[in-house]
Amino acid sequence: MNWSLGKKKNGSAESNGHIIDMRSITKVYDTGKIKVEALRGIDLVVKSGEFVAIVGPSGSGKSTLLNLLGCLDTPSDGEYRLSGEAVAGLDRDQLADIRNRRVGFVFQNFNLLPQLTALENVEMPLLFGGVGRKERRQRAMKQLEAVGLGDRVEHRPTELSGGQMQRVAIARALAMEPDIVLADEPTGNLDTGSGSDVMSVLDGLWKEGRTLVVVTHDKALAKRANRMVEIRDGVVVEDTPTS
Amino acid sequence: MRFLDWRVVGALFVKASSLQRKRATLTIAAIAWGTVAIVMLLSFGEGLKRQMMKGRHGMGENIAVWWPDETSKVWQGLPEGRPIRPRMDDIAYLRDRLTAASGVIGELTSWSSSLTYETNTITGRVTGANWEYGEIRHHFPQAGGRFFNANDEREKRRVIFLGDELAEDIFGEVDPVGKTMFVDRVPYLVIGVLQPKMQMGTYKGPDTNGAVVPITTFSAQFGRQRLTNIVFKARSAEDMPLAREQFNHALAAKYRFDPTDEQVTGLWDTVEGAKIMGNIMIGLQAFLGIIGALTLLIGGIGVANIMYAVVKEKTREIGVQMAVGARRGWVTGPFVLQGLAYTTVGGAMGLVIALIMIILLGLVPVEGNQALEFLGKPTLSWQIAVATAAILGGIGILAGYFPARRAATVDPAETLRYE
Repeated sequence: MNWSLGKKKNGSAESNGHIIDMRSITKVYDTGKIKVEALRGIDLVVKSGEFVAIVGPSGSGKSTLLNLLGCLDTPSDGEYRLSGEAVAGLDRDQLADIRNRRVGFVFQNFNLLPQLTALENVEMPLLFGGVGRKERRQRAMKQLEAVGLGDRVEHRPTELSGGQMQRVAIARALAMEPDIVLADEPTGNLDTGSGSDVMSVLDGLWKEGRTLVVVTHDKALAKRANRMVEIRDGVVVEDTPTS
Repeated sequence: MRFLDWRVVGALFVKASSLQRKRATLTIAAIAWGTVAIVMLLSFGEGLKRQMMKGRHGMGENIAVWWPDETSKVWQGLPEGRPIRPRMDDIAYLRDRLTAASGVIGELTSWSSSLTYETNTITGRVTGANWEYGEIRHHFPQAGGRFFNANDEREKRRVIFLGDELAEDIFGEVDPVGKTMFVDRVPYLVIGVLQPKMQMGTYKGPDTNGAVVPITTFSAQFGRQRLTNIVFKARSAEDMPLAREQFNHALAAKYRFDPTDEQVTGLWDTVEGAKIMGNIMIGLQAFLGIIGALTLLIGGIGVANIMYAVVKEKTREIGVQMAVGARRGWVTGPFVLQGLAYTTVGGAMGLVIALIMIILLGLVPVEGNQALEFLGKPTLSWQIAVATAAILGGIGILAGYFPARRAATVDPAETLRYE
């Protein structure tokens, strides 16, 4: 295990402050007869402390890109370095370790485990990261308090509102102090009120100096980012600062 | 690293296993049922085997029975077809030479003698035998009686030992011991009645239907010297082949026939029979075991099936776990553990149920019911317990392994897409 477990908000030394460094990334889904080119040469660099919104119409390849960024999937071609480390050629267990230590996921449908309490959900990545029981509990507790759910730790997901569930998910994403938080339509399943709550939390994270990449249709959320990347038909068509 | 792995697997297992009570109950019940089936079948097999052993020993242990016959080979200028008919005094000759035998006895048989007590006369079988017959042929007396002894034989006493069924036929409700009865109009004192026993093999009819008197008395009454048959008992099962060889050579030397003449030397070797019986019983046990194992396998398939359903249902959760950094082993481990846990609990329950059933069946009276007597009582042995545990363990691992393998193929990118 050669990764340090400390905070890596500023990225590793060898990454020049680039958390994400993608070069000519392609992704082809080969279903046997038909080949679908989901990504056709993506170049993307995300620096430490950036808040990037990825926008684009349905089927443009946003989610595929997010999966690749989060090491849930591997590119068909191209070079991808996450915090300076090349991802190509790693096996499934090594990718699992990278996801565990470097990436925090926030999903549209929260993806909390229904039979676990809020606290246990947040503890899960810590469990996989080999953090001891006591420390696990403390760190999970701290994250839940940070998202304002210190009084809901023993609740199960079904006993929480949508906004609360998404905040638990954010706490879980941050539990291992990852290099980057990846969010896929984090406000997509929420009403306006809860949605803006979640946006505020994400905003707060950015202001603390964390790196965020958010895929969204939500214009309000996209505006909060400091950079907007638009994807169409598997290529980046626009990459502009928003503020 | 391994330590860490198992801690994670254990923690996940504890969380997952508190779920699906209903499913777990059904699965455990299926395994328990399979275990009951296999344990009961094997226990019935074991009970039958022991009963067969007991029945085989009813005639005596490690004995061989020889009947007179004609030679089939020319020998030392003598023609074939000569009858070989040993006499009473050959028994002493044989005893000197059969060092591998712990006893040699001769028998004289009257197949139909009239047996009379007061006004009741029936026709029955009377055997004259040496006094050692009681021990060698397992003729143990009921309380209050005895078998005849060396003195009875030496002094040609007219004493008679009755089979228990025969005694009832002649005496009815009356206790025969101490009474005088008649064998072909010659008076005899009844000295003992046979203890009821299981007897599987017989060479002249079940012992329960016959009467035995000292061979000397028999010879005096019927005027016969030529033996109906000879019985000898080897010192141990291993000594039987040597005892047979000694018997063949001793008899061949005296009566001048080829000791390899199988028509004369052919006899009933119960040790050999026991071996065949033992093999048949092993075959029967294996057969019952296979049936039981198949029943248990169905339970195992039930476990695997439920686990598959759980994997399918939890695909999303497995995907989430993988997304936040679970390695494949951590995802699959709990399923294997779960499969093992179900089979262990189910197996233990089945074993307890089977044990209770065996104890209850043991309380059912079998005396007088020949079918039940033959089937014996189901008996549990440590071999059965070990075999069952091994089969259970194997099925448990398989039942967890295959669904776990399915879980390992879950693609987190695929499962975490929009609902």
